[in-house]
Amino acid sequence: MSTVIKVENLGKQYRLGEVGTGTLSHDLNRWWARMRGKEDPFAKIGEANDRTRKGQSEYVWALQDINFEVKAGEVLGIIGRNGAGKSTLLKILSKVTKPSTGQIKTRGRIASLLEVGTGFHPEMTGRENVYLNGAIMGMTKSEITRKFDEIVDFAGVERYIDTPVKRYSSGMYVRLAFAVAAHLEPEILIVDEVLAVGDAEFQKKCLGKMKDVSVNDGRTVLFVSHNMAAVSALCNTGLLLKNGGICALGEIQNIISIYSKIGNGIGGQTIDESAPNPGQKLKIRSVRVINELGDVSAHIDNAYRAFIELTFEVLKEGRGYDVSIELVHTGYGTIFGSTLKDVDPAANDGNIFIKGIYTYKVALPVDLLRAGDYIINAAGAVPKVEMLDEYKYETYFSLTDSISPVATTTEGRRGAILPVLNWERV
Amino acid sequence: MNTVIDDNFDEKAEWDEIIQPHTHLLDLPLKEVWRYRDLLFLLVKRDFVATYKQTILGPIWFFLQPILTTLTFTLIFGRIAKISTDGMPMLLFYMAGITLWNYFSECINRTATVFKDNEAVFGKVYFPRLVMPLSIVISNLVKLCIQFSLFLLFWIYYIVTGNAVHPNMAILLTPILIIIMGGLGLGFGMIISAMTTKYRDLSFLLTFGIQLLMYATPVIYPLSSISGKYKWLIVANPMSSVIETFRYAFLGSGVFNWSGLSYSAGFMIIIMALGTIIFNKVEKSFMDTV
Repeated sequence: MSTVIKVENLGKQYRLGEVGTGTLSHDLNRWWARMRGKEDPFAKIGEANDRTRKGQSEYVWALQDINFEVKAGEVLGIIGRNGAGKSTLLKILSKVTKPSTGQIKTRGRIASLLEVGTGFHPEMTGRENVYLNGAIMGMTKSEITRKFDEIVDFAGVERYIDTPVKRYSSGMYVRLAFAVAAHLEPEILIVDEVLAVGDAEFQKKCLGKMKDVSVNDGRTVLFVSHNMAAVSALCNTGLLLKNGGICALGEIQNIISIYSKIGNGIGGQTIDESAPNPGQKLKIRSVRVINELGDVSAHIDNAYRAFIELTFEVLKEGRGYDVSIELVHTGYGTIFGSTLKDVDPAANDGNIFIKGIYTYKVALPVDLLRAGDYIINAAGAVPKVEMLDEYKYETYFSLTDSISPVATTTEGRRGAILPVLNWERV
Repeated sequence: MNTVIDDNFDEKAEWDEIIQPHTHLLDLPLKEVWRYRDLLFLLVKRDFVATYKQTILGPIWFFLQPILTTLTFTLIFGRIAKISTDGMPMLLFYMAGITLWNYFSECINRTATVFKDNEAVFGKVYFPRLVMPLSIVISNLVKLCIQFSLFLLFWIYYIVTGNAVHPNMAILLTPILIIIMGGLGLGFGMIISAMTTKYRDLSFLLTFGIQLLMYATPVIYPLSSISGKYKWLIVANPMSSVIETFRYAFLGSGVFNWSGLSYSAGFMIIIMALGTIIFNKVEKSFMDTV
């Protein structure tokens, strides 16, 4: 198969802080360096993009030394934590912004869907917006006319097509917007997490359409998402980004399992020793997965007990603080959430947290959990009032299922959890 | 050495597109703009639909705006300040100036803020950005045509009623005048738009600057009434000869000479070229600074 996208030494540098102060002098410096044939004086001082450490430099490399190829017909899933550089990579591929170094060579018509409904005007009718949006995405008027009925049909808004879109429900709006995008028919399709919109039924329809585009029409798709279920259903290869660089590239299941194992540091725990923000009341210091032996572990077997250990620091004395965790299966989504208040909701509400370090430990209901890769999200908050600190997609572990009665069968058990129920004959 | 060149040649033939950090200054995406011509016209249409939907008077505003301004000018500059109109009927004199000036200033104003106004779209999808300023100039051209026909109505009325109006063959130059104005507005607008993405202060100066420029253009006074040491300033303004030629053609008063007009045309071509190059350079990286 031929290569349709070739990315070589790609890098993107951003300037942090307030743009606007000192840019003129930096610009002049740059210009002067270029005039003398020297290297950009600010390109050298950039550093790798790791947002948990406070950087020394004003410039940061959002992407650095990116090299990969995409073959025709490949469906590539681009995954990584928040801030790993996924969006930057998509923006460069979609030509919304240019790279700082390196180059990308492409073959074939590219359409990128960083958003649905770009350029929709609320005052215009559905029909007018379909034409405008299609044209912005690169379709000609005759192409849109040819596919118009199909688009309206897919969106299911026949009755309202001559009504201004500001009268649409948000669901209808999104459906119409996605319908235009779904009928672009480019050779290469770049999709950001646009599937995170609309109701469950429509999301299913979108995924189906994308699968259709890639499998039946053999088109190349680049797909960025946090939803591992969608990624693993759609993609055949994966690209894992970390701190602006490529961490792993290969078969999608391998990539997802690597993704689930790289935490911040070693798998199974997240430690944050950075200084708190000024005025911060509570900071989560660590989230750990502990096995029966009391060690931090990224691999849990559900035949043995396992715990989550949470350490946070209260920086300002206060009432009503609560810390919660959320267990997310990379394929099935959120399994459950739990907070400190589970133990005694009434008492905890009035508790005053004095300054200091608090560590809590809770046993995981491992016998309910199915095999796979898990993420633990942690957050500290005064519920319904304010968010104090949050860690998402940072702590990972994998779980092997050796106790459930059907663990050894080929089909496996359905569902996100594996409760063993007590059936009785009546 | 030879092989290197051959390699490069092959690469270029093999790929449809190469995205690079730096592109050549004169690498203008004109072919692409042509491919996106449907978008251009849809954007013009959007402009009209969006502006007057849900207003009671709708497109009548196109007529009302210049009439109200003309009446204001006639009252303030004509009756109160008693500025000379070279013996021309005041209404026609001001209307001619306003109709043309509106086109120019609207082109500049809207082109200058094109990046800011379209940030949401530009940040999400690629199309040759030049389409946007072009659509502005064209949609303003449609507005100009409407307002120009209004001017013609008044003009014909004055001729029929036998006023001192002396049209002549210079009327045939009107399309050229419009092209010069559009080009100047587009060129200046693109230069300003490129600079405001980085240095926001400029956008505050814009409104003031355009107003100042209007007073440095014979819109509310005839060029013939200016003499002395500041005349060169008015003459150096490329918009001056456009408006003077227009008045000369339709009303018969005004300063018309070929050298003034070619100066304006030359000025327009240079500003357009400069604007296009700067705009094209900035559009590739503006998302990082805006």
